Amino acid sequence: MAYFKTIVMIIIFSLVTSSSYAALTIEITEGVESALPIAVVPFASTNSPVAISEVVNADLARSGYFIMLDEQRMTNHPSSSQEVNFKEWQALAQNHMVVGRVETNASGQYDVQFQLLDVYKTSQLLGYRMTVSAADLRRTAHHISDLIFEKLTGKKGSFSGRIAYVTSSGAGHQQSHQLQVADADGFNPQTIAGSLEPIMSPAWSPDGKRIAYVSFEKKTAAVYVQTLATGQRERIAEFPGINGAPAWSPDGSRVALTLSKDGSPDIYVLNLVTRSLLRLTKSLAIDTEPAWSPDGSHIIFTSDRGGKPQLYMTPSAGGNEKRLTFTGAYNARGSFSPDGRNIVMVHGNGSSYRIAIMDMSNRAINVLTSGPADESPSFSPNGSMILYASKKRQTGFLAAVSIDGKMQQKLMFNSGEVREPAWSP
Amino acid sequence: MKLTKTALALTIATLFLTACADTEDKDPNALDGQTKQSGINDASTNGLNNGTGINGSEIGGSNGTGEYGSAGFNGNSHLGPEFSDPSNPLSKHTIYFTLDSSQVQPDFVPVIAAHAQYLIANPNQHITLEGHGDERGSREYNIALGEQRAKSVAGMMKIQGVSESQLNVVSYGEEKPASLGNDDAAWELNRRVEIAY
Repeated sequence: MAYFKTIVMIIIFSLVTSSSYAALTIEITEGVESALPIAVVPFASTNSPVAISEVVNADLARSGYFIMLDEQRMTNHPSSSQEVNFKEWQALAQNHMVVGRVETNASGQYDVQFQLLDVYKTSQLLGYRMTVSAADLRRTAHHISDLIFEKLTGKKGSFSGRIAYVTSSGAGHQQSHQLQVADADGFNPQTIAGSLEPIMSPAWSPDGKRIAYVSFEKKTAAVYVQTLATGQRERIAEFPGINGAPAWSPDGSRVALTLSKDGSPDIYVLNLVTRSLLRLTKSLAIDTEPAWSPDGSHIIFTSDRGGKPQLYMTPSAGGNEKRLTFTGAYNARGSFSPDGRNIVMVHGNGSSYRIAIMDMSNRAINVLTSGPADESPSFSPNGSMILYASKKRQTGFLAAVSIDGKMQQKLMFNSGEVREPAWSP
Repeated sequence: MKLTKTALALTIATLFLTACADTEDKDPNALDGQTKQSGINDASTNGLNNGTGINGSEIGGSNGTGEYGSAGFNGNSHLGPEFSDPSNPLSKHTIYFTLDSSQVQPDFVPVIAAHAQYLIANPNQHITLEGHGDERGSREYNIALGEQRAKSVAGMMKIQGVSESQLNVVSYGEEKPASLGNDDAAWELNRRVEIAY
């Protein structure tokens, strides 16, 4: 095996050094200045039930980092680097291309093979082969997207993650509510909790194994923590009044939440191990929607103590509360980017509610969406996209926007209203 | 062109070699791809198993009745005829509010007073004050706003002598709209407190 390793290393180095073309350097540090042209060639496939290359194409397009080559401009469909005439793809001004194939094997599974190629260097950047069952083809496609994304941007891909969200169907007396978990592109939805009473505010534990949420199933609000693998759950807060807005500490040991048991809604931190409860805010106003800083040292929250809802910040052990937002009449439901440099929030002016991002270094606010009813924003785990809920003609849907606001995508669902998306870690 | 062919041959070799290479003791920079090769084999197996491993738990509704929002008065046979007499303020059971406000408007003071008097006269009667908001703004903030509204109605009743033990307060925020519209008319109907016997 060591012999093979050496061979592989030599091959890789020789590919790098033998390049005879000027390299197009990909350096994405802060945000995206210009998207990279890439061609995802339809994979050769005999009878794959999932068009893997289409899933990859959609994933990469949604990220905002790439300009996808329209399939109609492709003159042929090579399925491996051997079949690629790089000059053709250079003529189409593509920096990179993805080729691959899906074949059934003797055991009834699928062999999926793909290569990410540098069109100008005429070299391979990635090449993998995987054997998967039919049920896993779609998730395999998302894994491929993650690998390509990370190779080309240096950031971890979020495509193979999951999203949790609340959906409701029916109206009035017939209304029912479900907490669902689906792939990050909205496929494979599974209901993990259902009730005739509202369900709200799903929040993933940092290890991605549990979800905290609010349920009114007992005609009063309570916060539950449910383990995804088993479906088992535990009620962690059922005080008189509001039990809402759960938010996990980055180490998973505590949950910040909103309780009104002592009067007006305030922010508390519940230690899941000791069950001790720390009251963080004591204002007479509304304090709600806590969110942790990535290092766990601070909590931001929404408060109307100044008259209108604005974002405030307090040390997570308690201490000075200071106001963060001063631009706009309504700033609520803030959450940090994974690197802690930005906060995304609902930004309203009285008639329209949009998603905005605030740079913590200079407090500059950049409005990313057009409203008028956008809410529940949260960052993707790699910080490159923001998932949020929107509404058109009385139907709620989920949407994603790149952090520069340039790329927007609506996530499709079968039916009913969809809201409160949360991206798995 | 010869160079390209060589490169291509090597590329293919890499593709198949990486498929069987393991990842230990390697220069992390040079072997990034192989590290991930191992990664995807492990991760896809585990991750994909996880994918089918999410088990749902179906929670029943509170009574399994599918009752929506506040109980309709007509359905409560134990309530007297005054509750269905349109000229009696007891027939009104919804208090409406202005935008982002939990202040009771003067129009609704007689309605709240009538229910308060009824509760004082019937000390074993309990009610739930359900606070609601319109869809605008964030959901948890609207929960808080709905509770403020319900509490301001409860406060008025208590001032008039209703025992706190007769009053239950719950806020549904924007989760149970009375009207599904997205305009001013719908929002006005949704900013409310429902008095549920």
